[in-house]
Parts: sequence; structure tokens; C-alpha cells
Amino acid sequence: MATIIVNGEKQEVNLPLSLTELIIRNQVEQPDMVSVQVNGDFIVRDKYDDTAISDGDEVDFLYFMGGGCC
Amino acid sequence: MDFRPDQIERYSRHILLQDIGVEGQEKISNGKVLVIGAGGLGAPVLLYLAAAGVGTLGVIDGDVVDLSNLQRQIIHFTPDVGKPKVESAREKITLINPDVKVNTYHEFFTPDNAFDIIKDYDFIVDGTDTFPVKFLINDACVLGGKPFSHGGILRFEGQTFTHLPGTACYRCAFHAPPPPNAVPTCSQAGVLGAIAGMLGTIQAAETLKFLTGTGKLLTNRLLSFNAKTMNFRTVNFKKNPRCPICGEHPVITELHEAEQAVCELKQK
Repeated sequence: MATIIVNGEKQEVNLPLSLTELIIRNQVEQPDMVSVQVNGDFIVRDKYDDTAISDGDEVDFLYFMGGGCC
Repeated sequence: MDFRPDQIERYSRHILLQDIGVEGQEKISNGKVLVIGAGGLGAPVLLYLAAAGVGTLGVIDGDVVDLSNLQRQIIHFTPDVGKPKVESAREKITLINPDVKVNTYHEFFTPDNAFDIIKDYDFIVDGTDTFPVKFLINDACVLGGKPFSHGGILRFEGQTFTHLPGTACYRCAFHAPPPPNAVPTCSQAGVLGAIAGMLGTIQAAETLKFLTGTGKLLTNRLLSFNAKTMNFRTVNFKKNPRCPICGEHPVITELHEAEQAVCELKQK
């Protein structure tokens, strides 16, 4: 069991866990449309599978928000 | 700059602020701010900046006022339906504060006019509603060395950050616009009217902080809120070395035509 912080909130997760699995676990609606930071660094989308989550990681999902609004 | 007695009275609540004072109010009065889009976000931004006494306000919007705008675009009134938004905005700005010089551009912000329009302004506010234009504003400001406030709203949520030359830009976090229709805009998914006010007033406050050099701007930080829970959250994000426009190997060196149609719903 590991404790990580996702969007500012603690989550208990079982390792090993890839970023892709974490995205699925957090029910991100449109995984292709989210920008992800792990410990303050943006992760390139095609590296999500290869990015292993470690105990204490801070993960942020940033979403597109486009309205202005016409 | 010597303020007239009526201006001292008008701006007295700013002048009373230790961080602003007469000097800060002078900076506001000398400030030139361009607001792109006179819609949900642009409306509160323009109203507050006019009230604050920003010396020159530029407003660019190619649209006319539609009845469906009035639920949130509080600078436009019922009799304004059918009128160019920039004209409707100019009238209200002048009614609030006749000292403000207003430049109107009844056109859309495009790669062809972008640099020419932003060059005359100290600070730019993004009040637009589509991703391609948001990316265009980012690119024009980054390449043109202009500070700007990014803003986006959807349903019950809002998101904003401030860019100064050298700090993280929109593309540092989001490399490129999402594919058309992958992410809904307000015109497709709706928005609670007051959300526009919540986010627009944050953008107006950032503008006034920038003009007066007050406090700590939302640079390298993305502020998001959800009005359903009233949770506000600030995520730190930094300049991305892989950013296609401000990173170590930039591939975007000029402005390109937006890839996505404007305001999809209108065309259906």
C-alpha cells in the first residue's frame, strides 16, 4: 500500500501502478484530453504506460476548459 | 498625473489601499488593457476595469449581442440585442466612467490582426470561448512578449492563470488544442451565468495587480474552482522544456490559422 496525492487529495493505492492505471482508477472522463503532472513535471502522453507511480508521488490532472463564453 | 477632485473621490477606495494609493491609481489610469471577447468573461472584466479607471480599454469582438448572451454577459442589456458587442460594451464603459478611452475592434482575433492589435497594450485578457483562439492568444502574447490572463469556464467550473514573459504559458500545460468537439464549450454544454462573473472578476483583479505591481500574480499557477463544491485549488506548473512555443526547441515561430471552427452550435 502506498499513499499518493492526486489533485491535492490523499489516495491509498497498491503498487506497482502505472500512470495509465491511475488515470483509469480516477475515472478521468477523457484520458486523451487531460494534461498530467507527476511531482511537478508534465508527462508526455505516450509515456503514461511507462510511468510508474511511487509512494508519496503528487499527481495533478489538468483539464481543458474552453468557455469564455460566446 | 494630477487627478481632478471628482477623480480623487471616484477612486478614493483604491487610493485608501496601502498597496495602491495615488501612485497605483496613476498606474491604473495610464494602463492600456485589451480584452479579447466581450462575452461572459469580457463583460465583468470590462465593467470592473472601466470602474477602476483603466486609461485605455481595447475591446475586440466580431459578434452581435444575442438574446442567449444576456444570462451571463452582464455588460449587454435587453435593448442591445442585435447590436455589435463592442458598441454595446463601449456604451456601458463610457456610462460607468467617461474618463476611459475605448478602442473597439468589430472583428475576430485572427493570426492576421493579432500582433497589430496587441502591440499597443500593456496587458491582454482572454475572454474567448474556443480553444483555437485561446491558443492563438497564447502564441501571439508569447511571441510578442506580452503579459496576459487566460480564462476558461464550463458548466460550474472555471480556470485561470496569468502569463508574464518568461513564465509558463498555456502550451506548457496543454501542448495543442483538443480535436474539434472532444471537449465541449459553453455553447454546447452550458454554463452557470454567475461562473462568468466569478472567473472574470479574478481576471480583472489580476489585471489591476499587474498594472499596479501589487501582490503575487497567478504566474506558474493554474487556479481552478468548482462552484458546486466551492472548492478552489491552485496547481503549480512551470515552464515546460518541451513546450512547442517557449521550450528549449520551439517549433512554433509564427501564428497559424485556428484549426477549429468557431462556436460550433451556431453552425448546426
